[in-house]
Amino acid sequence: MISKLFIGHVGIGNAVQGEALVANDNFSARYDLDRKKGVFSRKTHKLFNESYVDKVLVLNVAKGGVASAWMFKSMVDSKIAPKALLLNFANPIIAQGAAHANLPLIDRFDVDITTVIKSGYMLNLLPEFGKVEIL
Amino acid sequence: MKLNNLELEIESGKFGEPRRLALEHQKKVGRFFDAKKFVEVSQVHIMADTEALGFSGINFLESFLKENKNERKVWVPTITDPRGADFNSYKKIKQSKKFLDMEARAINAFKSLGVMMTDTCINYQVFMPPVLGEHLAFGDTGSSIYANSVLGARTNFEGGPSALAASFTGRTPMYGLHLERNRIPNKAFLVKFRPSNLSDWGALGGIIGQEMMSYWDMPIIYGLDIRPSSDELKHFGAAMASFGSTPMFHIDGVTPESHIHQNLNIKLKTITNLDLKKFYEGFLPDDNQLDVIVFSAPQLSLDEMRVLSEMLDGKKVHPDISLIVCTASSVKILCDKNNISEKIEGAGGIILEGVCFYNMHAREIGEANGWRRLMSNSAKIANILGGYGYETILNTMEKCVESACKGKIVT
Repeated sequence: MISKLFIGHVGIGNAVQGEALVANDNFSARYDLDRKKGVFSRKTHKLFNESYVDKVLVLNVAKGGVASAWMFKSMVDSKIAPKALLLNFANPIIAQGAAHANLPLIDRFDVDITTVIKSGYMLNLLPEFGKVEIL
Repeated sequence: MKLNNLELEIESGKFGEPRRLALEHQKKVGRFFDAKKFVEVSQVHIMADTEALGFSGINFLESFLKENKNERKVWVPTITDPRGADFNSYKKIKQSKKFLDMEARAINAFKSLGVMMTDTCINYQVFMPPVLGEHLAFGDTGSSIYANSVLGARTNFEGGPSALAASFTGRTPMYGLHLERNRIPNKAFLVKFRPSNLSDWGALGGIIGQEMMSYWDMPIIYGLDIRPSSDELKHFGAAMASFGSTPMFHIDGVTPESHIHQNLNIKLKTITNLDLKKFYEGFLPDDNQLDVIVFSAPQLSLDEMRVLSEMLDGKKVHPDISLIVCTASSVKILCDKNNISEKIEGAGGIILEGVCFYNMHAREIGEANGWRRLMSNSAKIANILGGYGYETILNTMEKCVESACKGKIVT
């Protein structure tokens, strides 16, 4: 049964379901991740040492450099990748990387998405319609 | 998105599969950002170091080699950001040969597409500097923010796949910084101190970058009673883009579009010397142990190289410390010609060309050399390398050199 629905902007990628990993912190694949171990490696990140593999990452905004655009595809191909990304605001790099890797992405919600979804929630994402449902 | 006749032909496959796939990718991105149409770009700058590419990215680049030459050749001048390995100096930093093999594959693929291997993030200082109003597809946050802010050109951050797509189609979706409405400041800062060196400019950029809530925030800066140099604005912008994912800034009386935005009704936030001091303190370790000094991010200009060489002239880097300097290959040639390289290398420094430290598998290099503590005058690199297992210290070039020679952190 759907208990809650959030609407964002039309996103990228296919419909997907997965478990949320949430923090009110920002995101860059280059700055924050150990992409071999599949964990957050930046000591100051709120998800430090947490595994992001197969999780729906729910974070605030994109930050930093351009490398994520290539890195997402490499992460997806190596199967050490999040299942999807939900951000309050993506930047072009995150969107371009998601488009290249076919990694589901939705942003620009009608609420602060990091405050309404908790880690461990099961989510259903419909990027085509910009919709996220808590299951 | 509305497509013109040429774009419809690209979409139909008339100009080959690489261009068709590129347009398909660009339409996805354009739709995400509500672009109504494409805009032609005059040049493309691609970030594609092998650490970011991985084997998956290299395979992607090589997949175009099977296409015929005309169909895989880029349509606009296309140049590259720093690479992930320096073939001449990799042994000096114990970089594994496996990374060179990856680089060689990527370079071969790029050349077959007609991409010019410039391997620099300071392209705006050394090649084809963009002009006011010119639309670009620049693929480095530092080069993008400089082009938008200092030169008045128009580009979004174009990550590797999108920059490559732009080089195939000669255009990019018209959203973000290509549109006037997204270049209007919505955050204002009054700076109450005078930055006195490159690391101060980087720190100021970092402080403002931290205040930006997303890519769509645009700062205007007041109170700077000096005319910054190209290198100062380079460090300022690179740090702001790094800490804030910010694609553009205005400085009142300095940047070319700042005069358009007068009488803005935005609350001023003051930045003082105390904020600067706190920023530096955020990078202070508990003790003075040091492993490596890095001058990079952005690559050093000819004048930065000259200044560094004069600071190092007649000195010796402590045997327990590595001192690394990254610059563009074109700058290195001039450094060789002007005895600059000689002074840096004579003091025991290592010059790497065509690379930037964080683009070159920094985690693996750190592990191979036992580097943990890293000192730099670049706020950008101090920010980035935290995720790579380094403890970073930010200070001036002068203090970095002093620390390198004494073998411990001097503040």
